[in-house]
Amino acid sequence: MPALPLDEAGKYVAGAYLVFLALVLIYVAIMAAKLARIERELGELGDLAEERSANG
Amino acid sequence: MSLLSLRNLAVATAVLLAGGFALVFFHAPNDADQGFIQKIFYLHVPLATCALGGFVVAAVHAIRHLRTGDAIHDARAYVSIHISIIFGVAVLVTGSIWARASWGKWWVWDEPTLVSFLIVFLLYCTYYPLRFAIEDRDRQARYASVFAITAGAFVPLNFLAVRLAESLVHPRVFATAEGGMTGEMWLAFLTSLAGMALLWVTLVRFELVAKSASARISRLRRALDAGAPAGTRSRVAPSVPSTATTSG
Repeated sequence: MPALPLDEAGKYVAGAYLVFLALVLIYVAIMAAKLARIERELGELGDLAEERSANG
Repeated sequence: MSLLSLRNLAVATAVLLAGGFALVFFHAPNDADQGFIQKIFYLHVPLATCALGGFVVAAVHAIRHLRTGDAIHDARAYVSIHISIIFGVAVLVTGSIWARASWGKWWVWDEPTLVSFLIVFLLYCTYYPLRFAIEDRDRQARYASVFAITAGAFVPLNFLAVRLAESLVHPRVFATAEGGMTGEMWLAFLTSLAGMALLWVTLVRFELVAKSASARISRLRRALDAGAPAGTRSRVAPSVPSTATTSG
């Protein structure tokens, strides 16, 4: 199998590594959204608990 | 695992992966047969190794879950499969790109290595519908564990297919006629493999910590709702998967 010239092979190699990077970034973005939701829910529960304790 | 050690793990992963890829492009020589395109090997093979290894780890956690009944092992098995499937997607895409560059085709159906990996990947994709089709949490966890163990048995078959396949279509980087990879190539490969394994561990830990936090919020909400008058109950809909009930 003859090796591809560098200018031709380079785009495939770059594509493969960029796909990997994109997948990691998508995963991190999804996890960031999840953590933001957890933080928001925690804030809501904190407010609720304070409201309950203020009402006795 | 504490957040501090998770942070250390993430830093170690970034350093090792960056170092590994630097070795790939600046230290390891081009392959005599395939040339520059062989650089995909240092990404594709560690991804595949970690994906398949992750399925085996899930099977081990599933065995421990069935033996002890501890929900943490079920959560670990679930997250291991989840992360391994993401790695599997990367394996299939990077493999297709390598195939296109080497063979001129995005996919070759008569190549056992590719097809056997695809079968294992699709098998694990059925894990989600199987798991979430069962409402009872104990049954769900038990059935999911049985699935993880059974499917885990297919993973060694995938490795065997690579070794036993007679076809010369799939690149055999580890066994070329000139005697395989050079020392520089091995160093780059092993560093990339270690970085990828650390990435897998980091993502699993990260997911377990997030699920644990989610489950704690759910329990807190239920506890608050239990002692509240009807008009003051929390309006946040429960959204936590039933898998992570204990911390990782």
